[in-house]
Amino acid sequence: MSDQKNPTVSAAHTVSSYDDELQFLVRRISEMGGIAERMVEESVAALVNSDAALSQKVISDDLLLDDAERQIGEKAVLIIAKRQPMASDLRDIIGSIRIAADLERVGDMAKNNAKRVLAVQGMAQPKKLVRGIEHLSELALTQLKEVLDAYSSRSSELANSVRQRDDEIDAIYTSLFRELLTYMMEDPRNITACTHLLFCAKNIERIGDHATNIAETVYYMATGSQLTTERPKDDETASVVVRN
Amino acid sequence: MNMMSEAAVEAAVGAKTTAQPPIKMQGRLVNVSYGDNQALFDVDLDVRLHQVTALIGPSGCGKSTFLRCLNRMNDTIEGCRVKGSITLDGADIYDPSIDVVELRANVGMVFQKPNPFPKTIYENVAYGPRIHGLATGKAEMDEIVETSLRKAGLFEEVKDRLHTAGTGLSGGQQQRLCIARAIAVSPEVILMDEPCSALDPIATAKVEELIDELRVNYTIVIVTHSMQQAARVSQRTAMFHLGRLVEEGATDKMFTNPDDQRTQDYITGRYG
Repeated sequence: MSDQKNPTVSAAHTVSSYDDELQFLVRRISEMGGIAERMVEESVAALVNSDAALSQKVISDDLLLDDAERQIGEKAVLIIAKRQPMASDLRDIIGSIRIAADLERVGDMAKNNAKRVLAVQGMAQPKKLVRGIEHLSELALTQLKEVLDAYSSRSSELANSVRQRDDEIDAIYTSLFRELLTYMMEDPRNITACTHLLFCAKNIERIGDHATNIAETVYYMATGSQLTTERPKDDETASVVVRN
Repeated sequence: MNMMSEAAVEAAVGAKTTAQPPIKMQGRLVNVSYGDNQALFDVDLDVRLHQVTALIGPSGCGKSTFLRCLNRMNDTIEGCRVKGSITLDGADIYDPSIDVVELRANVGMVFQKPNPFPKTIYENVAYGPRIHGLATGKAEMDEIVETSLRKAGLFEEVKDRLHTAGTGLSGGQQQRLCIARAIAVSPEVILMDEPCSALDPIATAKVEELIDELRVNYTIVIVTHSMQQAARVSQRTAMFHLGRLVEEGATDKMFTNPDDQRTQDYITGRYG
């Protein structure tokens, strides 16, 4: 009896084309995940190296994510109309729609960072700040990678651990925020570059939030219940003040 | 801290789901065999007042057998033996002192195929009250017929041809006529065995709407092969498989997050 508990997606549907349709969603989400990761990586590389060509590539890659999200949405609506999905299938389809939206937003964040490359170009970027941004993006990328792994393995444990770790990103973001403020106060000529970098840092922090959203969706897909507990938060930028 | 709030949420949700309506019918350790074939094994199931309980499961799982036990329709099948207890308001319906005809008036039934008598619409509805002596004069009978047809959502459509043949109605109308016929003898429980499987989507929608209205005054048990229908019309769902009750619970949960793998496989179309 006990092995009958905790239903998982295992056997194939009696109607095999139904499986093909669900598989299409899984494949497109994985592709979106790959594209989003690459865009985030490349946008930060473009920023750090002032690489205008790479930033252009990130900007144009965003169209791929927009297309994929639209396709997933259309396919999901069609499956719901045709199959009237139930239980784990229904949760999978609803989850796919949500995850596609989050990944599309991740692409937008990367694209926005890429757009700022030109503005920051040619300005002195303090090494420490650059390293801070890199570190922040590494953390966000790890979160994104792991949550995509959690999605492909439908692992609620992995999803939950991603969700619990978002506070690390928040903490780095808060310290970067302080540093940027300090640089701006030291020398007003830093203000332009620092303001752009501030938005970049905020964008990366938001990417972490989207990874957290995806983690919550994966948890729901896998277990059927929603994570209701508060997750740890360490973003204190709303109250940061630097006085001279 | 987090653990605390989770427990608090659980307690709140638990409190909401345990406040259930009283039990109208109850089956305990119900075993049914047809000759040497056992069709039901140790089924424990509660049917609650003013709720729609849906019985689902693949063909041959025993759901119709269980339904037919609830008003002793199985008595008419030769070689059928029913063990265990089934109660209506706490009274054992298999007790020898029970009048089966009266029981079937209390626990009415609507079948898969609409089966009006080859009589007028009026006579179809009046037949039951007449043999049970529920009306003393024509005026009273007219009132029972009209009320029953109204409750079944059919009166407006047939009021000008009450004395024409019931078999002349459309399939959906015939099924609602059968529901009116069941209602006419003032039952407490209505059993429905795939009441919409022979109807088109519009007629099905009308019957489903009707089921929801009838729930206010009656307790309903419905066997259906349509998962979507079970999800739409019922508050509780019971899943049968190979003669056993696999899972029973709130319909909202059964169709989004069932506990049992067999329920999951069946409702998502992975069975077999």
